[in-house]
Amino acid sequence: MAQKERVLVMGNQACVLGAIYAGLRFYAGYPITPSTEVAEGCARELPKISGRFIQMEDEIGSIAAVIGASISGLKSMTATSGPGYSLMVENIGYAYMTETPIVIINVQRGGPSTGLPTKVSQSDTMQAQWGTHGDNTAIAVAPSTIYETFTETVRAFNLAERFRTPVTILLDEVIGHSRQVVMLPEPGELKVTNRVKPTCSPEEFEAFAMTPNLVSPMPAYGDGYRYVCTGLTHDPRGFTTNRPDEIAPKLYKLRHKIVDYKDEIMLLRDEHMDDAEVAFISYGSVSRAALQATDIVRKAGFKVGTVQLFTVWPFPDKEIAELCRNCRKVIVGELNMGQIINEVRRVLPPDIEVHALQRYDGEILTPMQLVEKLEEVL
Amino acid sequence: MTIVTNVTKDKEKQKSDVILKYLRPHKAMPTVWCAGCGNGIVMTAIIRAIDNLGLSKDEVVMVSGIGCSSRMPIYLDFNALHTTHGRALGFATGVKFARPELKVIVITGDGDALAIGGNHFIHACRRNIDITTILINNNIYGMTGGQGSPTTPAHSFSTTTPYGNAEKQFDPCCLAQAAGASFVGRGTVYHTPQLENLITQAIQHRGFSLVEVISNCHTYYGRLNKLGDAVNMLNDFKDRSVPLAKAQKMSPEDLKGKYVIGLLHKDDKTEFCDVYDEVMAKVKGGK
Repeated sequence: MAQKERVLVMGNQACVLGAIYAGLRFYAGYPITPSTEVAEGCARELPKISGRFIQMEDEIGSIAAVIGASISGLKSMTATSGPGYSLMVENIGYAYMTETPIVIINVQRGGPSTGLPTKVSQSDTMQAQWGTHGDNTAIAVAPSTIYETFTETVRAFNLAERFRTPVTILLDEVIGHSRQVVMLPEPGELKVTNRVKPTCSPEEFEAFAMTPNLVSPMPAYGDGYRYVCTGLTHDPRGFTTNRPDEIAPKLYKLRHKIVDYKDEIMLLRDEHMDDAEVAFISYGSVSRAALQATDIVRKAGFKVGTVQLFTVWPFPDKEIAELCRNCRKVIVGELNMGQIINEVRRVLPPDIEVHALQRYDGEILTPMQLVEKLEEVL
Repeated sequence: MTIVTNVTKDKEKQKSDVILKYLRPHKAMPTVWCAGCGNGIVMTAIIRAIDNLGLSKDEVVMVSGIGCSSRMPIYLDFNALHTTHGRALGFATGVKFARPELKVIVITGDGDALAIGGNHFIHACRRNIDITTILINNNIYGMTGGQGSPTTPAHSFSTTTPYGNAEKQFDPCCLAQAAGASFVGRGTVYHTPQLENLITQAIQHRGFSLVEVISNCHTYYGRLNKLGDAVNMLNDFKDRSVPLAKAQKMSPEDLKGKYVIGLLHKDDKTEFCDVYDEVMAKVKGGK
């Protein structure tokens, strides 16, 4: 077999390549730093493969077009950063309610408000779960390298299609704008999931049917299955309802189609956790520093391990508790004022000390800062 | 007393059969609309237009936002996309661009299209994407209970303009034409055959088409402005409407307070999806 090609790729470009690998055929977006290279890449690449690219008038229109295109049968995504994500959250809730698979890339920058357009942050982590109003069970993934950005983008599409739900990729400015030489997967090397289509007759069809795994087959407009798609609370046929015996099952379906199948969603990496007494817990660009810090401290003879979250939402409660069960202390590194740390506190038993290493000045956490933090807590 | 012959009875039956053919089965009914609301008249005109054109139910996607008129797609047996407030044209752009072979019809109101959705409205016009937008203009927010909208006339009353409206109103047809729509027309819920005809032409037109329909909200706008019941308001539309050909011979003073109705503007600008396809063919052809 021929040697794989080595290519120099930027994080935001890796998103485009991963999305196309996963079957992306529709992109709608609005320019915003530091995500714009995703839009530019899609504008260049999609017309070559009969895909559709449109620059909309704002982020609200972008996410609306993405949802409309997905309901019409195309794998669709958009990319943005904090301020744009804030504008999108109402319609992300619409996609959740109407069970529409879409992918949203949030290349995070510093906030609040306009904040730091060109500086790194991880301060939209909670927003990815709680940004939209109403009860919401989000799926969000976070890569830390260029290669992982490719594979996590593919995985984000697969999860969206498998669960009929919006999936957010929490990138950050550092990964989005970093370049690395990578050997990307060949076609066929990674699994690609497509939404299940209905096989019943249009007369029997129920767009939001209660199936055994709670995910309903999804036709495209024009396929002959006419139904009502509405953000109002609806029954299995899509008709609006105010009946308590129809409202609760719909909300149950939305949550449990995801939380009952968490095993299919969870992805974590752990290094040296077998005998670790102290663990770094991190995601996104911080994980790169954490891996290096772990190596440095291990060489010095300390029993330290690291846990990297690829799946941030739903939160890997069981996995983190299991991996850290022999630890005395954990250090949660984040580029914000403390978001995931509260989840970690929630899932670990009270006898494990949880320490915070937080940076919110627009700069990255360095391996040495993690090492210093370790010295401080030991 | 009216004498109804068997012939007219049969005709009436045929007409209502056409309507029933397009109403959604199952439990979508009854509508949320008040008795006498113009939305039903517009819905009937749209059904007749679609029936005239012989479109299949599967090829029609009816998209709407939030408001009284935006409930319409739920009642009709097409592909229905009832979306978020103001965003129908964003969603519709995604549907049309993803599947250009589908006929996309947007149902919207004056608040939905011109206030919260104003940005999407002008940009859909600018792109000249092949979407037919039926804007039912009743000069008020009906669903939330009678608040002022971008088409509430100056000095008139609503629950949020209790002392008279200090703002001025949009003319949706002028706005659409200025923004680049290639088909712009206005009808009223009084002039039903003309409305059916206008909507038929709008759906046939390749490009962005707007049909503004002057409609009655007697429940709120009518009551708050002492305009009487639905019949009074419809008669008022009759009295104040002027066909375009006649209006062109009238002075601006004489046209004050009048509704100019008919096909107001049409051009043959290129359509967005068509141009994208040409660009795509060029890209795929290489060089």
